[in-house]
This record gives sequence, structure tokens and C-alpha cells, in this order.
Amino acid sequence: MSIEARKPPPQIALKIRRVLGGKTGWNGIAVQFAFAAVLGWIAYEIVSNARANLENQHIAAGFGFLANNAGFDVNQTLISYTGSDTFLRVFLVGLLNTLVVSVVGIVFATVIGFIVALCRLSPNWLLARIGEIYVEIIRNLPVLFQILFWYLAVLAALPNPRQSISLLGIAFVSNRGLVIPRPIGESGFEAFLVVLALGIVASVVLRIHARRALFQRGQMIRIWPYVLGLLFGLPLVTILVAGLPFSFELPQLKGFNFAGGSRIIPEFVALTLALSTYTAAFIAEIVRAGILSVHSGQMEAGSSLGLSRGTTLRLVVVPQAMRVIVPPLTNQYLNLTKNSSLAVAIGYPDLVSVFAGTSLSQTGQAIEIIAMTMGVYLLISLITSAVMSVYGWRISRSLGA
Amino acid sequence: MKRVILALTLALAAGLTAQAAEAQTLKTVKDRGMLSCGVSQGLPGFSSPDDKGNWTGLDVDVCRAIAGAIFNDPTKVKYVPLSAKDRFTALQSGEVDVLSRNTTWTISRDTSLGANFTGVTYYDGQGFMVKKSLKVNSALELNSASVCVQTGTTTEQNLADYFKANNMKYEVIAFGTNDETVKAYEAGRCDVFTTDQSGLYANRLKLANPGDHMVLPEIISKEPLGPMVRHGDDQWFDIVKWTLFAMITAEELGVTAKNVDEKAKQENPELKRVLGTDGNFGEQLGLSKDWVVRIVKAVGNYGEVFDRNVGAGSPLGINRGLNNLWNKGGLQYAPPIR
Repeated sequence: MSIEARKPPPQIALKIRRVLGGKTGWNGIAVQFAFAAVLGWIAYEIVSNARANLENQHIAAGFGFLANNAGFDVNQTLISYTGSDTFLRVFLVGLLNTLVVSVVGIVFATVIGFIVALCRLSPNWLLARIGEIYVEIIRNLPVLFQILFWYLAVLAALPNPRQSISLLGIAFVSNRGLVIPRPIGESGFEAFLVVLALGIVASVVLRIHARRALFQRGQMIRIWPYVLGLLFGLPLVTILVAGLPFSFELPQLKGFNFAGGSRIIPEFVALTLALSTYTAAFIAEIVRAGILSVHSGQMEAGSSLGLSRGTTLRLVVVPQAMRVIVPPLTNQYLNLTKNSSLAVAIGYPDLVSVFAGTSLSQTGQAIEIIAMTMGVYLLISLITSAVMSVYGWRISRSLGA
Repeated sequence: MKRVILALTLALAAGLTAQAAEAQTLKTVKDRGMLSCGVSQGLPGFSSPDDKGNWTGLDVDVCRAIAGAIFNDPTKVKYVPLSAKDRFTALQSGEVDVLSRNTTWTISRDTSLGANFTGVTYYDGQGFMVKKSLKVNSALELNSASVCVQTGTTTEQNLADYFKANNMKYEVIAFGTNDETVKAYEAGRCDVFTTDQSGLYANRLKLANPGDHMVLPEIISKEPLGPMVRHGDDQWFDIVKWTLFAMITAEELGVTAKNVDEKAKQENPELKRVLGTDGNFGEQLGLSKDWVVRIVKAVGNYGEVFDRNVGAGSPLGINRGLNNLWNKGGLQYAPPIR
């Protein structure tokens, strides 16, 4: 009796069966479909019931309000906005304000967090104690108080616009914020931008080349003088040859406030400061834990190869620690983004303040607006964790783990 | 967060109830033994807790009057402090039976929120407060000023309209609660604090040096403030509406908390009708015959309430002005009880 190879079942059907049904096979799939159908039916019933009841109670429903005029103003808008724009525009303005404070906060929190962690791990007694005190104080105070503290501290320290602190006569600091000259593009501005972009692209190419040389041939190439030249020298030469490609609009005190120039409002400064220092305390502990999780033999191996402490940390310890650091770091990034919704306490016009606050009470459509706002935070969080997952996956891959 | 919880309650209430049940607010209130009343988070003269935690103010007295009419006991009220943003959702979701929280009557609020205004307890208008040291005498001199405002109010839109109409620029900083707004104004973040004029006088009392601040003469909007109830319960709507009318009628007839018993004995046909010794208007409302007597005993007539909370007898010292009776040059007018 010859042994015949059994014909393999069709691959795709098998895959579907395994993914959907697990061990129970096709029966499991049927149960899951039935369950999904019941859930879908309940959700549909709830939504249609809610619509009918809201209509009975004469509460406006639906998303038609997004096209209506908002009729109120916002004091920090990254895209053009006036009171006669729609609620949809308000939504975008608020969303951008939330995103900008989150992104800037995340960058600062990460930088401060790494520095504090390295301080805590430092053999220098004083640095280590300072790092410890920072972490213990900051992470044990509620973040709302820290936001209010920074806001009131910032405001109390600054004079009113008429007595504002002048920085070289071109920038001014007052309790209305920091006013700086605004660059206005003139002829040759496009050419300048092209040169700048070229410099950046060339620098990136150089770096890729240098890393490849390092990993494949063990060759160290010093690229920073070229990068410096490309990023700063080239634009400087262009300016010298072709003249200044932009002029500055200087801020001037008119009446109560400065006219012209760009302004950073104190609410933004206070919120970013509070969120980044607060989150940095947690990040510092995560980084410290990550670095301590790397066996101390790695550090010793580094120094026995003649590498300095800094180089060992940078090239040997931190890359291995990142594997441990990234997942909890993602959580902190998400926390920072969500904590930015405390902005309303100090009048920073974030999504919660202008959309889930002002717009909600102007239109009264609580269900739609809260649902949209929650959806946006969910989306931001999912995107953040997706990006961080990809980063973590790349680190694991490069370490061969 | 409170707002999210309220919105979820509303979504669940709307989504899960089989049908919008025939609202029976009066029965609910009686069964509960308490009136649930939405008030502000602290606005002196209108609704604010005193040093012993007792709520006082004009808006609070409306709640007390309703409780007095129902239970003959003005203390049977549960006060729910609400921010400007949360107030309508709290009413829609049934957390409060009546919203008595210096709320401006507008068409959009009356038609799209599933709620009704029952009358006007205070005729107000939006004004501006500035530091005297700014040497500003008119709102028209406020070009390029920074303005602090509480978010979720009609104030924000009036402000935008006024500055646009007068071709002036401004910067708006909107805060979540009244106290945060006042604090930022005091800290110098903005030149101007704007809200309803009565609110300006009330908030000025909270500042460290009230004398350093002045209210500008301009009134830039109409802000009729009044209580709100949910759509769809006409009996409850009538009770809240006529509680205010009873207070105004009592003032017209000279009935006060002190002389109400004595007046009830007089042989004046109008007094007999109003005070329930003749006719059964109270019972038609679902209350008792002596409902007006109960209300006046609980809080006094409209004039007494006004004087005690915001008028001459209070630290605010606001003139009756528009809030005087119709026959004394004001706008307060009640349909006849007959």
C-alpha cells in the first residue's frame, strides 16, 4: 500500500477558518456571526430609538449643525478663522490646537524625561539627588494644580503690555504672551526654500550612507561638519548672494496690545510647560527602568572596549533599553494627549474647550458633539500607539529579538 | 468628567427608554420628597452658598418658592451646582427638575434644547468691567483689548457681534467656570471682564479691591434671565411659570411674608381669589388651594426677593430699573389670577 500524500485543503478557506473560528472550526464562526448580528441589531435599535426620542422631546439631532455659523471667536487659530465660520471649522481649529500642544508637549517631555533619567543614574551624587527630587515632587502632585500653578506663576511674573519686557526692541514679553517679528516672504523666497530643502535631503542621504558604512564595514565617518555646512552654510551663502529672502513685520504697541508680529499666548506656554514637566517625571522613571533592565555587563563590556560612558550608553545600552521603554512610553504619550483636555481650566482653546464646551452649549447637541470629541481622542490615541508599535517592532527586529 | 457623564446619561436615557414616557415631573418630585434644582456654581445675589453652606439668591428663591408651593416647606430642595456648559444637558437628562441658573432666554435655546423658559426672573444685559487705572470710559474705547469671558454663554457671541459691528479688534480668552474667569481677569491676563451686568456687580464683590474696578455704562445686549423646564410636561411648566407670576402678583397686591395671613382674612375679592379662600386655582395646577400663601410665606413677594438678594437690601445694591413692576416703570408683569 503506497503512502499517498494527502491533498492539502484549500489554503484560503483554512486560513479564514483558523482566524475566525479558532479551535472550534466552522461552528465557532457561525456562533460569532450570530453574536455580531445581535450586537449590530442592539446598536441599531439604540441609535434609532435615541433619534426618535430626541425628536419627540424636540431636542435637535443630527450633524447638520456643523454647517451653521459659530458666531464666537477663538484666540489661537493655526488656520484662518473668524466668527462667521462654521462649527466644522471650530472643530478643526480646536483639533489643531490640541494636536500642537500634544506634539510640542511630547517632544519636551521626552527630552526632559531622558535627561532626568540620566541624572538619576549618574554616579554624581548631586545630579542623582536632583533627579530624584524632581521625580518625587512632580509626579506626586495633581496635574491640574500644576497647570494652574504655571499659568498663575507665568502671569504673575509678567508685566502688562505697556510695561512689557523688550528683547532687543524686536520681541516683547508681557502677560499677553511673547510677541516676535513675523517673517514675510519676498522675491527669492521660493529659491531660498528650495535650497533649504536640498540641504535637508542631502543631510539625510549623508546620514544613511554613514550608518550603512558603520554597520556593513565598521567604518566610522564623521558627517557633522558637512551636515552643518549643508543646513546653515548653504542658506547663508544664498542670502549673501541673493539678498534677504524675507522681511520682518515688527510688533508695535497699539492701544492695549501689540499689533503685527506673531504671538505665543501664555496659556499655550503654561499648558505645554505643565504637561511636559509632569509627563517627564513618569518618562524619567520608565527610561531609568529600561536602562537598569539592561545587564550591567553590557556597560562594563563597553568600557572594557575603551568606549566612554556616554558612547556606551548611546550605542550599547539605550538601544537595548528602548525595547523595554517603548510600550510604557506610548502610554505616557497617550496620557499627555488626553491630559491636554484640562486646557479649559486656563482658557487655552483646545478641542474640549471650543468644541465640547462653547459649541456644545451654543447648539445644545451634546450627544453628537461628545461622541465626535471622544472619537477624535480615540483616533489620536490609536494613531499614536500604531506609530509607537511600528517603532518598537523595528527596534526588536534590529536587535534580532 | 461631568459633561461626558451627563451626555452619556442623556444618550442612554434617549436610547434605552422604549418611548419618551409621559413626563410626570410633579409626581416624581412628590415621590422623591425633594425638588432637584439646577443652580450656578456661585454667583452672589443669584445663587451662591453662604458660609454655613446654605444656598441663597434670587435664582435659589425661585427653587424655594416652588418647593414651598408643593411641600409647604422651602427647605425641601436639592441644589445641583452646574457650569454654564453642563446646565442644559443636566436638565435634558432629568438630573434636575428645574434649571434656575441665570440663563438667558433665546429662540435657539427655547426651540432646539427640548426645554422651555417659564418666564423672566431678571431683565439683564451684557456689560463690561475694567480696571479704573486703564482710564477707559466707554466700551467703544476697547479696540485691541483682551477680554475674559466664561465659555458656554450667550456672552461669547454678543461679544463677537459687538466688536465686529463697531469695527474693533479684540482677543478673547474663554474659561470653563466663572471663578477661573474672574481669577484670570484679576491676574491681569485681560483688560476687560464681560458678562451680564448683574454678574459684573456680583463678581466685583469677589475681587480683592472692588473699588479699583468699574462697570462701563454700555449695555450691549438683552439678557432676559429665567427658569427652564423640560419639554412635554405642561402641568410642570404651568407650576413653575405661575410660581413666578404668584410672586409678582403678591407684590402688586402688597402681600408680604409678614402680612400674608392677615391679608388672607380680608374681604377683598381679588385677595380672596389669589390667596385661595375663594376658587380653586391652586388645585387646577395640581397644588393646594393656598399655594400663593405658601409661596409668599416661603420667600416673600417678588419685590422682597429682589431687595434681599440683589437690590437695596443686599451688598450688590442694584436698582430695580427694568425689574420694577409694570405700573412703576419696569417690565415685571403677571397675567391675572382669576
